[in-house]
Amino acid sequence: MGRITLEKVTKSFGDVNVIPPLDLDINDGEFVVFVGPSGCGKSTLLRLIAGLEDVSSGRIVIDGDDATMVPPAKRRLAMVFQSYALYPHMTVRKNIAFPLRMAKMDQAEIDKRVNGAASVLNLTDYLDRRPGQLSGGQRQRVAIGRAIVREPAAFLFDEPLSNLDAALRVGMRLEISELHKRLTTTMIYVTHDQVEAMTMADKIVVLRAGNIEQVGSPLELYQAPRNTFVAGFIGSPKMNLVAGAEARKHEAETIGIRPEHIDLSDTDGLWKGRIGVSEHLGSDTFFHITSDISSEPLTVRATGELSYEYGAEVYLSPRLEHLHRFDAQGLRIA
Amino acid sequence: MARSVTTQRKAIYTIVAWGIGLLIFFPILWTILTSFKTEAVAIADPPVFLFFDWTLENYAVVQERSNYMRFLWNSVLLAGLSTLFGIIIAVPAAWSMAFVPSRRTKDILLWMLSTKMLPAVGVLYPIYLIFIKLGLLDSRAGLIIVLMLINLPIIVWMLYTYFREIPGEILEAARMDGASLRSEIIYVLTPMAIPGIASTLLLNFILAWNEAFWTLNLTAVNAAPLTAFIASYSSPEGLFFAKLSAASTMAIAPILILGWFSQKQLVRGLTFGAVK
Amino acid sequence: MATQHSRSAARLMMAPAVILLLGWMLVPLTMTLWFSFRNYFPLRPDREPGWAGFDNYVRFFSSSAFWPSVQTTLVIVGGVLLITIVLGILLAILLDQPMWGQGAVRILVIAPFFVMPTVSALVWKNMFMDPVNGLFAHLWRFFGAEPVVWLSDASLGSIIMIVSWQWLPFATLILLTAIQSLDGEQLEAAEMDGAPVHKRFVYIVLPHLARAITIVVLIQTIFLLSIFAEIFVTTGGAFGTRTLTYLIFQRVLESQNVGLGSAGGVYAIILANIVAIFLMRIVGKNLDA
Repeated sequence: MGRITLEKVTKSFGDVNVIPPLDLDINDGEFVVFVGPSGCGKSTLLRLIAGLEDVSSGRIVIDGDDATMVPPAKRRLAMVFQSYALYPHMTVRKNIAFPLRMAKMDQAEIDKRVNGAASVLNLTDYLDRRPGQLSGGQRQRVAIGRAIVREPAAFLFDEPLSNLDAALRVGMRLEISELHKRLTTTMIYVTHDQVEAMTMADKIVVLRAGNIEQVGSPLELYQAPRNTFVAGFIGSPKMNLVAGAEARKHEAETIGIRPEHIDLSDTDGLWKGRIGVSEHLGSDTFFHITSDISSEPLTVRATGELSYEYGAEVYLSPRLEHLHRFDAQGLRIA
Repeated sequence: MARSVTTQRKAIYTIVAWGIGLLIFFPILWTILTSFKTEAVAIADPPVFLFFDWTLENYAVVQERSNYMRFLWNSVLLAGLSTLFGIIIAVPAAWSMAFVPSRRTKDILLWMLSTKMLPAVGVLYPIYLIFIKLGLLDSRAGLIIVLMLINLPIIVWMLYTYFREIPGEILEAARMDGASLRSEIIYVLTPMAIPGIASTLLLNFILAWNEAFWTLNLTAVNAAPLTAFIASYSSPEGLFFAKLSAASTMAIAPILILGWFSQKQLVRGLTFGAVK
Repeated sequence: MATQHSRSAARLMMAPAVILLLGWMLVPLTMTLWFSFRNYFPLRPDREPGWAGFDNYVRFFSSSAFWPSVQTTLVIVGGVLLITIVLGILLAILLDQPMWGQGAVRILVIAPFFVMPTVSALVWKNMFMDPVNGLFAHLWRFFGAEPVVWLSDASLGSIIMIVSWQWLPFATLILLTAIQSLDGEQLEAAEMDGAPVHKRFVYIVLPHLARAITIVVLIQTIFLLSIFAEIFVTTGGAFGTRTLTYLIFQRVLESQNVGLGSAGGVYAIILANIVAIFLMRIVGKNLDA
């Protein structure tokens, strides 16, 4: 079981209020991703759940028991750190066995579980090495191994992939998702990378300055961002946000249109613009287009075959059924 | 960085550096050499360097005059135990300062260091009285306590700087893995800090070994370490150069040998952990 | 990192060290303060013990030995600091150059640190500075000069030299470690910018060494303020080498005037505190870097 509930949790460091009152429900077996720009309080929130920091007020309930004052060692949570935090003086085997040793489990059971975890994570050949002799990806797997042997109520991941190179990151992302499908244990995952959030999460929690901006499935967030912040944060390349006169034509203060929802034409369209930099990815092409309606260039996603000269004049046609409208407070107009 | 250095320049540096190095080392070398001379050769003018009849006679005389082994044993006990107890007390304190810093941590650390600046002589008589009252005068236990206390600030400081190099996340990981504070310190922090602890141990062992105020003033016979052994060779016996040299060599040899075998930790320790 | 739980644990674990040091500081200090206000001659039954008020302080302060001893203390500390830092920087730069047997030279250079002060004082006093048989006397005579009676004619300088020899290894090692951590690209950038060697030293190397120099000053001052064995063994405080420490030692142990010695102790503590506050100011700023 791994149901975690935060009730009016706050955290301040001295006079600085990092997390204003915050409520959140995490259901058993869910893969929840906390995402937001750096300094948004997502790591602090994870550390509060872990018990590595005290809440300033409010309650943290784990499986129906109030865990607010329970020390981290007793919360039945396992954590994978950004730096992996492996014990450098212990072999891989001892690293993975450490939580079991701390739980005073008998040796036979420890061996069984360590070997089990090692075979799941492809670490069997490395059990007698030390962390210093492993690659980044292998260290990451040891850290995960150390977490899974305990069979915790929930896993906490603190930006676990940010120290890996791009190719490994994609691989580990899949492995963690795979692991979640197999173990069906609650996982809470912190990242600043919205791609990780979109690809892995059952539920995304978007945070800004300690506030929850929106909670929902990846597609909900993508299709119906609750405000301009979420609209701009989720999706890559970013949604085009246009304020001012053009927005008011659509009875809004700000309008948003995703790059893939704009069609380009040489002859006619709603807006007129001039091609800036083109980024050819092969499958797609991203055009950055300057126009009169916005001081920021608009980004348009087109097929890989399309090509324009730098400085060419084009017409843009947003698909109006995909237009997002926001009011003066930046909130979505339904 | 990669710049080719001509062999010629390297040779010049080598000669100059070895020259200065030997000059600095010379008093020690001279002492060791003299300890193998007869008294007459020791004061010969012009001085004799290597070509003399080597003799062990001085060592025999020194050993006969004063029981070297007892002084040596006292030095080992005093320096070893005071450092060991110091470290046992300092590890938890340094853990607190390094991993749970508060606004006052730096003040406490500086205050601890400042206790080292209190002139020992200012409190000599009170300590003397307390020692008499408690029957600690000329006892090993008393000196072990004093030596531990005077080195404790340095030990705390050194351990603190070494601990700060250890990422806090690893200790948090241990906590998440269900380790109690005791387990966290014994199974994770201490093994990771072994090189730093070794340096601290070595340096403070040497400081305690060489400490010459309290060891001279609070001991007579039973607890007297090598500092007292050698102090008995101040004049007029000091005029017998060969015997003085033999005694000096015996007093510093253990440390020089220890230093030889643990260069790396010592070099690190000698910087008091203050620079990397 | 800090939960309520770990903070209270931290306080608990710091307690033994703090309490021990507090006791070590306060108990004898209180006693010293108490004695300093009394007439107290433990080994002279003919002299009545009693309340002395500030007499001891006045007598110690106005004694002709007081100011010279403060001056001697400061001269020794300052002299040794100056010599060890200047020579230490030069030596560190030399040792940082490419050469054969760097490790071995380093061992030779740091060896004096391991010699106990009593030994080094005795060896220097007799085998080098003895006006008849000392090595220096031989050397002087070889050049046809009259040997110097080091410990009486140049007593202060001799002691500064002996102590500097002991502490030069420490200064060199700290400064060498600091120099080795200097980013070579910074120097190359300066070279590209056209800075000559001496300017590179003044504007790049020296500022980089600031923290290391602070540490040398701090630690050496701590130890130098209380040097004892070197004076005890060599001059016994004669010939203008009586430091404050030694003066008090003489009052307490040689004249058995505990009251007067204690007043001196209080002065020494005040002097140490002035130096300490001054130092801590600098160090506190540099310690975080």
